[in-house]
Amino acid sequence: MSNSTIIEISDLHKSYGAFKAVNGLSFKVFKGDVFGFLGPNGAGKSTTIRMLLSLITPTSGRIKIFDKDLIANRSTILMKVGAIVEKPDMYGYLSASNNLKLLSRLSGYVATNDRINSVLLMVGLSHRAHDKVKTFSQGMKQRLGIAQALIHEPELIILDEPTNGLDPQGMVEIRNLILKLNKENGITIMLSSHLLNEVEMLANRMVIIDKGKVVVEGDVVELLSGDKMKVTIGTSDIDKANAVLIESGLGHEILKIEGHEIQLQLDQSEVSKVNALLVDNGVQVDKMVPVRSLEDYFLSLT
Amino acid sequence: MNHMWASAVSIELYKIFRRPRTYIGFAAICFLVPLIQIALYVDGETYLEFSLQNLKEAFEFQGELLNGYLATYIILVTLYVHIPFLVTLVTGDLLAGEAATGTFRMILTRPISRTGLLLAKFTAGLIYTSLLIFCMGLLSIIMGVIVMGTGDLIVIKNTIYIFAEDDVMWRLIAAFGFGLLAMWTVAALSFMLSSFAENSIGPIMITMSIIIVFIIISAIDLSIFRTVKPFLFTSHMGSWKLFFEEPVNYNKIGNSALILSAHIVVLISVTLFSFRRKDILS
Repeated sequence: MSNSTIIEISDLHKSYGAFKAVNGLSFKVFKGDVFGFLGPNGAGKSTTIRMLLSLITPTSGRIKIFDKDLIANRSTILMKVGAIVEKPDMYGYLSASNNLKLLSRLSGYVATNDRINSVLLMVGLSHRAHDKVKTFSQGMKQRLGIAQALIHEPELIILDEPTNGLDPQGMVEIRNLILKLNKENGITIMLSSHLLNEVEMLANRMVIIDKGKVVVEGDVVELLSGDKMKVTIGTSDIDKANAVLIESGLGHEILKIEGHEIQLQLDQSEVSKVNALLVDNGVQVDKMVPVRSLEDYFLSLT
Repeated sequence: MNHMWASAVSIELYKIFRRPRTYIGFAAICFLVPLIQIALYVDGETYLEFSLQNLKEAFEFQGELLNGYLATYIILVTLYVHIPFLVTLVTGDLLAGEAATGTFRMILTRPISRTGLLLAKFTAGLIYTSLLIFCMGLLSIIMGVIVMGTGDLIVIKNTIYIFAEDDVMWRLIAAFGFGLLAMWTVAALSFMLSSFAENSIGPIMITMSIIIVFIIISAIDLSIFRTVKPFLFTSHMGSWKLFFEEPVNYNKIGNSALILSAHIVVLISVTLFSFRRKDILS
């Protein structure tokens, strides 16, 4: 990754009366990053994103994007930024392509029909280009939201909970698209989420905030390397699996046994070894699902 | 940025004219104007007879008094109180509609400034209002002339005015022009209220309530209201009628135009002041 700074937030505050939604936030996003912006609901993620996009005014602090002060250079900066804030609401009475045409013009960009078609193709909506948006499902609206963030060829995309409200298939599609945009188009992406595993899948760097403050910031792999995840093992031979795990000294890592499932706590590196151990001892493993939750990670930090 | 502003105006107009509610106003005018004219054509003589019954004892009227010009004048008198509702249907929704549907988040993260966007929206609202009044004027005059022909215009106020046929058209055009300024004021009021609301019903209802209350205050001749009356925009909305007096009191018309224009400037300034500072939370 190149080291040039794309977003620099310094000592950012936003208060509503006595309530401090954002309380002294500072972090940096570098060029080429997929930057995870994590925090539980109410941590101040959306407020920060709204400040980054000048939808709300900070109480104090400084935001620099592309090395320029946001307040002094709002228009120049936003020409190179695409965003989704919360759910992407579009004009329901207009078609997908007309929405894109209209929003690109507001960005000072003249989107040709070819550009609109290629962006709609990228998000898998080219077949619905001329349909009114009010007929779209939530997942399609979410994909169109990404299309409007992309239409004017931005250098930075800010996505606020982009997989919210999507079915599992839709989540996978959006995540793949985010990775593709970053890898193939070189777009820097900042995405907020309350799902640690989502950020783990997508981001190279992340910051976790809580109550408007930074809890931890850094490289995703480094931050999560020492963290144990919950792994759910599904098997029809639960007693035998339990016995094998106890025999091999993993008994103290077992969290619970329910029906045909055992849940235990493991390092990422141990997951495949445990799978091999069970199979070698004749246990039929039906599934092995590792889950890392933000709540558990928080607990491990404190 | 001027290019972006012009682009924003055309986008706002495009959005306005892609919504069904925009055509309610045009449909209402296209229904009401011919309805009034047909009614006058069928039963206008009775109406005229009733209006002139006292005068006919003292004067002799010659020529076709029931003509397209009189019909247009009657339409102006009848409809100018109701047109504000058709104006606010669209202008009251310009900002509140975006807040209600959540599209503010989408457009305010674009490079266009809030001032630029707001002025683009207001300009589009003024263009819509102008087209509505133009449609009303054109339909009234053309259809009136086609159905009932032309002739002298008789206007009865405290005194009776009779304008020669060739002295009427400019007065009608000037009256519609002044009416347009009055409707722009209504548009500015509903636009300002729209900036404080999260749905368009509120601004439409409040604008109409304000107009009704102000008209009542303007109409009641009590000393308590006399000091405020000259400053209420509703006291000046009907100044188009001054074009149908002889001599025309241009000072009074100019004063009314100035007060209405001042209202527009103040209302838009308040809208700009609050909207530029508004946190977009919805």
